[in-house]
Amino acid sequence: MSAPAPAFKTIKDLPREEWFASGHRLCAGCGPGIAARLMLKAIRGPTIIVNPTGCIEVSTTCYPYTAWRVPYVHIAFDNAAAVASGIVEAINVLHRKRGKKLHDVIAFAGDGGTFDIGFQALSGALERGHNMLYICYDNEAYMNTGIQRSGATPLGAATTTSPAGKVIPGKQQRKKDLIGIAVAHGIPYAATSSISHPLDFVNKVRKALEIDGPKVIHVLAPCVPGWGYPTSETVRLARLAVETRYFPIYEVEYGKVKINIRVDAPKPLEEFLKTQRRFAHLFRPENARILEALKKAVEENWERLVKLEESGVTL
Amino acid sequence: MAQVQRIAIMGDEAVALAVKQAKVDLVAAYPITPQTIIVERLSEYVADGELDAAFIQAESEHSALSICVGAALAGARVFTSTCSQGLALMHEIVYAASSMRIPMVMTIVNRSLNAPLNIHCEHGDVMPERDSGWVHLFAANVQEAYDLTFIAFKLSEREDVMLPVSVNLDAFILSHSIESLIPISDEDAARFLPPREYKLALDFDNPITHGTMALPDTYMEFKMQLKEAVERAKSVYPEIVEEYARISGRKYWYFNSYMADDADAVVMVLGSTYGTLKTAARELREKGLKVGVIGLTMFRPFPEEQLVDALKGVRAVVVMDRAYGYGGLGGQLYTDVVGALYRNGIRIPAKNVVFGLGGRDFKLDEAEAILKMAAKGARDGGFDTHVQWWGVRA
Repeated sequence: MSAPAPAFKTIKDLPREEWFASGHRLCAGCGPGIAARLMLKAIRGPTIIVNPTGCIEVSTTCYPYTAWRVPYVHIAFDNAAAVASGIVEAINVLHRKRGKKLHDVIAFAGDGGTFDIGFQALSGALERGHNMLYICYDNEAYMNTGIQRSGATPLGAATTTSPAGKVIPGKQQRKKDLIGIAVAHGIPYAATSSISHPLDFVNKVRKALEIDGPKVIHVLAPCVPGWGYPTSETVRLARLAVETRYFPIYEVEYGKVKINIRVDAPKPLEEFLKTQRRFAHLFRPENARILEALKKAVEENWERLVKLEESGVTL
Repeated sequence: MAQVQRIAIMGDEAVALAVKQAKVDLVAAYPITPQTIIVERLSEYVADGELDAAFIQAESEHSALSICVGAALAGARVFTSTCSQGLALMHEIVYAASSMRIPMVMTIVNRSLNAPLNIHCEHGDVMPERDSGWVHLFAANVQEAYDLTFIAFKLSEREDVMLPVSVNLDAFILSHSIESLIPISDEDAARFLPPREYKLALDFDNPITHGTMALPDTYMEFKMQLKEAVERAKSVYPEIVEEYARISGRKYWYFNSYMADDADAVVMVLGSTYGTLKTAARELREKGLKVGVIGLTMFRPFPEEQLVDALKGVRAVVVMDRAYGYGGLGGQLYTDVVGALYRNGIRIPAKNVVFGLGGRDFKLDEAEAILKMAAKGARDGGFDTHVQWWGVRA
């Protein structure tokens, strides 16, 4: 089966429509804001967005304003996947019974709303098999409430609830494997992407929308105050995350792993870490052990993905 | 009014039948005793093609209600049912549903809350949702559970109301009891409940942002609109029950009342205990005791004016609660009634009897004893205590 040509070959092919309006209240240099804008560049027709509580929600829907030029629903923090499944099935029924227009439904949730509090709702929705796309914009902590650790926060990172203390230097646990868990539900399509690679992201969103069933896209979206770097560096850091193998870009289509961005000569992980406040303590001699453990985890994850791709095994 | 056959049916099944006849578009639920039979029957109706709807068994009640809210925003007529722990798990979304003005119906088969674990009848599960902005209706028997389901959909979807409505029925006592039921015909049901119209439904051609954030400068206005909608639910209710009476021959009101008009003493209650009290009151009337019974059908919004009117001339009242407000002044119905009496200048003795928690049986002779207690309060011009926990071992 040969893969269909991507919908967009160059950045100039992207639609000029801005479904995500400017003038919202996100920070200068916000990574998730870039993800929201790009996501909507990929829609193929009538689309509904479901967004749980988080930075994106509070910064784009402050009554009486909204940045959303598409139908948008927010209800709570922990239920985006459930709300989306209700909308999908209601529209299917109303289409059948009364000719309501079909819509694509995208849930767009942060890492806290996906890896942690919305995890059960996501698993339930994936298991039930609704035709919906779930996109997790991952900035690796609870940024909206002031940078607390989540299940997506990497090993060693300092947050306000995993501080770089004298005894416990930052988060002591590894990041949850979201795509691995999503794929374990037997869904047709799961992929990672990064806001530094807009064509990769937009084409994956469009590809996912064309596939019937539940789909998950996990997109890295750096956070200026949460990671601690200058506002001008968001895209550069997102790219470094890819180029250091910190955040591998791959997709799993019907269980087959394909690495979309081969990183044969990775840059040293330190290049990604050293400009961020959340990792500053890792460069102190007493924390060398954690830095090594993080590097090891990054390499192990890359090697695991390469082996999965080369073996051709169906997950 | 089309001709229909009287049938024998269990409470849960009667609710499922009404939901099928209401032609809902989507049902989302999670199994929990003793409401499970409702969704089992609905899933059978869908599986057999008798009901054209999506049936979604969610992975939790929290998600079940979230699915319903999403589906209702898309324009669907939606239904869920739960009780007890499930309702507690839904709590967060219960408040979102009313404030987002989501029309939907939820059957609550009232059951006690943990701990200790107990699956039997109590109204303590719905009380945490009392102040949520939902309309809460209570059924006294299986026929009412069936009829109120139609009334609930009609009330819920009115453009000047747009609120979620719960229909409460007593666990096991009604949910699992086979009683006599006169259904309405499918044609009458369709006339009473035409397909749902929703102008604000999710639609790409008319993009609306639902569930915004509101800061302190606008939040109170949202809540004021909710308050006004709940009050409108009370003022339009007579129109709806009148319309239902025309197709069913059964006239509902804010409450059921038995010989309360000329009574010296009245006992008030929610749920199926109304029937027990009614039978006991009939026997006592024959012995010359002027007692009456009021069983509320509408608990929220609270029918204050109508109740105060019904209590004119009554000299004492006993309010029975199958729930309790720990650390407060008593059970929830009691504090409502006492508040209503006080602010309407009615200074009659009022006592609270807390009974039947965790499904403890409440028998006819006990109903008789409570009616006699009320009559004694009227004679004596007062009660010995404000709150009595009925039938509790020392």
